[in-house]
Amino acid sequence: MDITAQTALELGRKIKAKELSAPEVMEAFLAKAESMEERVHSFVTLDREGAMERAKKAQKAIGAGTLQGPLAGVPVALKDNLCTEGMATTCSSRILDGFLPSYTAEAVKKLEAAGAVNMGKTNMDEFAMGSTTETSWYGVTRNPWNPDHVPGGSSGGSCAAVAAGEAPFALGSDTGGSIRQPSSFCGVTGIKPTYGTVSRYGLIAYGSSLDQIGPIAKDVADCVTALELISGHDEKDSTSIARTDTDFTGALQADVKGMRIGLPRDYFGEGLDGEVKEALMEAAAVLEKEGAVIEEFDLGLVKYAIPAYYVIASAEASSNLARFDGVKYGYRTETYEGLHNMYKKTRSEGFGEEVKRRIMLGSFVLSSGYYDAYYLKALRVKALIKQAFDRAFEKYDMILAPAAPTTAPKLGESLSDPLKMYLGDIYTISVNLAGLPGISVPAGRDGKGLPIGMQLIGDCFQEKKIIRGAYAFECATGKQWTADYQRKQTAGKEEA
Amino acid sequence: MARQYETVIGLEVHVELATKTKIFCGCSTEFGGAPNTHTCPVCTGMPGALPVLNKQVVEYAMAVGLATNCEITRVCRFDRKNYFYPDNPQNYQISQLYLPIARNGYVEIEVGDTKKKIGIHEMHMEEDAGKLVHDEWEDYSLVDYNRSGVPLIEIVSEPDMRSAEEVIAYLEKLRLIIQYLGASDCRLQEGSMRADVNLSVREVGSSTFGTRTEMKNLNSFKAITRAIEGERQRQTELLEEGKQVIQETRRWDDNKEYSYAMRSKEDAQDYRYFPEPDLVPVLISEEWIEEVKARQPEFRTEKLERYKKEYDIPQYDAEILTESKKMADLFEAATAICHKPKKVSNWLMGETMRLMKEEGMEAENLAFSPENLAKLVDLADAGTVNSTVAKEVFEHVFRENTDPEVYVEEHGLKTMNDEGMLRELAEKVIAENPKSVADFKGGKEKALGALVGQMMKATKGKANPAMIQKLLREALK
Repeated sequence: MDITAQTALELGRKIKAKELSAPEVMEAFLAKAESMEERVHSFVTLDREGAMERAKKAQKAIGAGTLQGPLAGVPVALKDNLCTEGMATTCSSRILDGFLPSYTAEAVKKLEAAGAVNMGKTNMDEFAMGSTTETSWYGVTRNPWNPDHVPGGSSGGSCAAVAAGEAPFALGSDTGGSIRQPSSFCGVTGIKPTYGTVSRYGLIAYGSSLDQIGPIAKDVADCVTALELISGHDEKDSTSIARTDTDFTGALQADVKGMRIGLPRDYFGEGLDGEVKEALMEAAAVLEKEGAVIEEFDLGLVKYAIPAYYVIASAEASSNLARFDGVKYGYRTETYEGLHNMYKKTRSEGFGEEVKRRIMLGSFVLSSGYYDAYYLKALRVKALIKQAFDRAFEKYDMILAPAAPTTAPKLGESLSDPLKMYLGDIYTISVNLAGLPGISVPAGRDGKGLPIGMQLIGDCFQEKKIIRGAYAFECATGKQWTADYQRKQTAGKEEA
Repeated sequence: MARQYETVIGLEVHVELATKTKIFCGCSTEFGGAPNTHTCPVCTGMPGALPVLNKQVVEYAMAVGLATNCEITRVCRFDRKNYFYPDNPQNYQISQLYLPIARNGYVEIEVGDTKKKIGIHEMHMEEDAGKLVHDEWEDYSLVDYNRSGVPLIEIVSEPDMRSAEEVIAYLEKLRLIIQYLGASDCRLQEGSMRADVNLSVREVGSSTFGTRTEMKNLNSFKAITRAIEGERQRQTELLEEGKQVIQETRRWDDNKEYSYAMRSKEDAQDYRYFPEPDLVPVLISEEWIEEVKARQPEFRTEKLERYKKEYDIPQYDAEILTESKKMADLFEAATAICHKPKKVSNWLMGETMRLMKEEGMEAENLAFSPENLAKLVDLADAGTVNSTVAKEVFEHVFRENTDPEVYVEEHGLKTMNDEGMLRELAEKVIAENPKSVADFKGGKEKALGALVGQMMKATKGKANPAMIQKLLREALK
């Protein structure tokens, strides 16, 4: 049996049935990661020793019957912006090089309490700012499907790790599409839940009002199981919501009969790659055949989403990232004269280009005299976008949309033109601005064999609807598009 | 004719709230403690940590707002004030700018016989910063975050004050209200109440304000008075010389009685305020306001009236006792034990105030317990100790919160009431002082004093003076 080809739930079941042990499973994934890393580079920290120890400990508890959850003993990879006590947490930034948090993020704690075993920290765009995982201080991550292409971002490391079979599932974070877009590029499934569903305590903030943690996995059932485990109200996060409807696995029903699905015309027009469009139209047809009612409609305001997002997210980031100053932790420049010079040199050397660009943009839009014209206006746009979605959800149970305008671009293509890169977020960003849940599931491949993802968007607190949609699609297509990098790799060898 | 100027003053008052825990985390607000021991990821600005608002802070702020006739903002919100400084671990302070908790209030002050309303522009909640410790010998500074996240309210007045007297009256009034609410102990010296003075001068009759300066580092009423006078003179002289007052922040040095410029308006920072995304708006309902109102304690005027009625003490006593919450609390608690209100009042207004003056001490710093005061009142009242001894014992109560019963016992200070023994002593004194006896018998009433003195000396001051007199007279008949 190839352990790394199993889904997280299968692994959990086999560990429970004593067909496999947690250390055995961990060893298989570590070995796989070690063999893949040179080519993919998903991890910033792969903690072999600690991971094996934790797996042994988990196995003991499973043996003793104290750990019984569906993912007990199953390894998990964590995006490097989730604080892990005593394990380096860097946000892929030089400024946090070697930073060891004194506490563990709430979402990670919940997973660990359920028995999942942390294997290490995955690469990302520096401070989650980027769409390619190329802005990391620790080097780029490559798309497992084709190493000349990016995995997407910012949760590119987590998505690549799952797609490459290095980890059975992972956690990422999504501020403007950072789970859904790389999931689409890597052919895996990722969910961004309703804002407030998963505690942000211990997630190093980028845009506080937009950030949400979510799971990334090989298929919908794994992903939903992980989401259920990390959801729940947390007193330590004032923006977390006390929900009583987070029994998400109950929605794993392959049934969309009578569900109304809207296709925004604005999302399928100019700018969308032909092959992506074709794949999504076919996906819509599959859902229609399964009994859903598909209808096109005009969402509106689409062109305002990107400027509003970059104003709000950058403004919050400029303040959130102020604490990285060389005083308390992380990187400090070697030589300096006085406090001011220390700040200046530390931050100039510690942050990368994209992060500096957004800090400057954010500082500018909050400056006196510009606050009303940019920041307040962006907040008004945000409110209008929410209203546009409210109107749509009066008519539809969910919205079907692309997760990105194209499949994964080549390395280096995006960073040369940041504005173009920003425009690539057009189908994901509005979801964060409106606080909505969204899921990306594999739905096809382009001519180059690169994955295409389908995004389903739900109204606030309506994760269950999009889970049903995604699960029904997955079942109807016989998991045809679900990530299976091994198969792809083998096929490639056979071709050769 | 020389031009006439008037001074226009507004105050920004910071008050540290008396909550047990910090404004956004569960760390203790207790003073002292080894550096960085009252800290956690939240108040040290660790990555990923998030603030959670302490409800008690909102209730104290509401209580102060209501007591100063403010409108309470029903949907109030926190904002981030961004600036870099190492005592501020996040490099932003969580404060309130756009929707502060209270607005448009006033307090009434009395200077001389004139009553005046001083407007309160707004009042907001915010977090305190940590403390920098500069090493004098080495080339570095250290940061202590124990104070980081201690809750503050800032009360911003309208520019309604015209003299140092009005400023002091306003501050005293604010302090009294806040102390009565139990929202803070308001100690200026310890920094739990701090005032920044905004001051400008203008010609009498002018309808526009002059250019103002802001003065910081004022930690006593005396310093505030001196600083106001100094700044008034400085600005008036500038105007007289035809020069401009520069809008700037100045730091007062109370030792040199001089202020110097810290930063001008040109250097003023752009704080890039924006709504704090990690906190949800605070929704204040009518019911909540009513709850806080209902819990509002008795204020000075009501207390004063009650003291006169309930304890039957004079207006003068009641006024002095209610001038400080601490004094009033001591009075009530001690009276509840010994049931001798006037006697308790006498001890507080007499010896207590005398010793406070001697020590240059504020009522807030009184450290003796009402139990020990009540015991002393009882001891003196029962004649167990005479009044001289009682005063001596009280000094120990005042300074060390000594139990007076134990002290009197241990030091053998009880008044001698043993008539037989005293009678013997009287006869002995009479036998040893024939001259005084002769003088007394010859009509010199004063000579009795000398005999009393001798007896007091022999008993080391412990004899009951009335009894001595009675016994001497009897023996001399």
